[in-house]
Amino acid sequence: MTFMDEEMFFSIRLSLQVASVATALVILTAIPTAYVLARKRFRGREILDVVLTLPLVLPPTVTGYYLIIVFGRKGLIGGPVYEWTGWNIMFTWQAAVLASFVVAFPLMLKTARAAMESVDENFINVSYTLGHSEWETALRVVLPLSKRGIIAGVVLAFARAMGEFGATMMIAGNLPGRTDTMPIAIYSLAGSGEWSKANVMVILLTVISGFFLYIVNRHARRII
Amino acid sequence: MGLQVKLEKAVKGFSLDINWEIGNELAVLFGYSGAGKTMTLQMLSGFVKPDNGFIRLSGTVLHDSAGKINIQPQDRPFGYVFQDLALFPHMTVMKNILYGATGASKKDGMALANCFIREFKLGGLERRYPHEISGGQKQRVALARALIRQPEALLLDEPFSALDRPLRLEMRHFLKDLMDRFHIPVVLVTHDFEEARAVADKIIIYENGTISQTGSPEEFPKRPVN
Repeated sequence: MTFMDEEMFFSIRLSLQVASVATALVILTAIPTAYVLARKRFRGREILDVVLTLPLVLPPTVTGYYLIIVFGRKGLIGGPVYEWTGWNIMFTWQAAVLASFVVAFPLMLKTARAAMESVDENFINVSYTLGHSEWETALRVVLPLSKRGIIAGVVLAFARAMGEFGATMMIAGNLPGRTDTMPIAIYSLAGSGEWSKANVMVILLTVISGFFLYIVNRHARRII
Repeated sequence: MGLQVKLEKAVKGFSLDINWEIGNELAVLFGYSGAGKTMTLQMLSGFVKPDNGFIRLSGTVLHDSAGKINIQPQDRPFGYVFQDLALFPHMTVMKNILYGATGASKKDGMALANCFIREFKLGGLERRYPHEISGGQKQRVALARALIRQPEALLLDEPFSALDRPLRLEMRHFLKDLMDRFHIPVVLVTHDFEEARAVADKIIIYENGTISQTGSPEEFPKRPVN
């Protein structure tokens, strides 16, 4: 008897693919957003932070429900896209990416914002007095000095994306060989009583998550 | 020419109303904490906007409330050495100094930085990080970083307050040497009267947000009253 079969390999590969793409999107969007929230003063700043952080505290099924409303075939964005292209994101692997992205985003946002807010104002001001623009100062002073917090955020986001279940079930469903990421495969395996396969997947996911937490802890200690 | 300043600013429980003018000389703003000295530097550099007044440097208007002119800090030609020096902890001595060489090409910047490293006795420390060098060396790196872009005036906020006495004396000499080389207005903030007398060409006494006296060090043989 082998520990792994083709379907399990598919789930592992899909989980890594979904988490990688979602984390890349999180890096691209959460870092600039964290910078704006940390450094700019504008009306509605804290409300924006609350809205973007909500997926951290909402049940993932609720987040998934909102995603259906927005991206479903009749959704606010999904509707026009479907009419235009005939394509809808629901029940595709991209939907799993979207779900992972939305729930992982606030973890990155929170850690990156905290790290950027802790950068001494004098470093930023001295950069300005040396003739550097805000853009250059952000890239060469704020980002490097927030590096450890940002790395911790990236790792947390990836780990969260790997473990995403609820919102993914809502918008990507449980389609074997298409959208069954590791957490979803574990749910199916347990449901059908395939315990030995479920055990392998559970142990793998636990080891991967534990490894990422270890990296975060190492970085977090060095931040302080 | 030189630096002409007239500034008014009211903040919670404090108001500043000052007016002074200096040439290519070292002016010391002396006064107790909370007299408005650092706030003056922050307005000169553009981080705090005055309610009223103007700042003119070498004939160029950097701020004029009436004319609604307010040049951004990035575009003001001041070199500013902060009280805590604010050396970038993630950059080596060389990179800190190079960071000040804004606008110069990489080659020119390196040549200039090497020149400053030699002149400021920082040779051999190029690859060290700020936490790996002494207090006096940090002062010189901060000065080099502020001067490498050839500012038209230099602002120093209690630059020597963290140093012990022998090093303070050494840095005063160093500053005097700098003055001979860079003929620009230098504004130094301190609450150490001995230091003010030792380095100043002109002493401007701050008291509760106004100027109580102005004069050469010889005119202040003793510590002013108040």
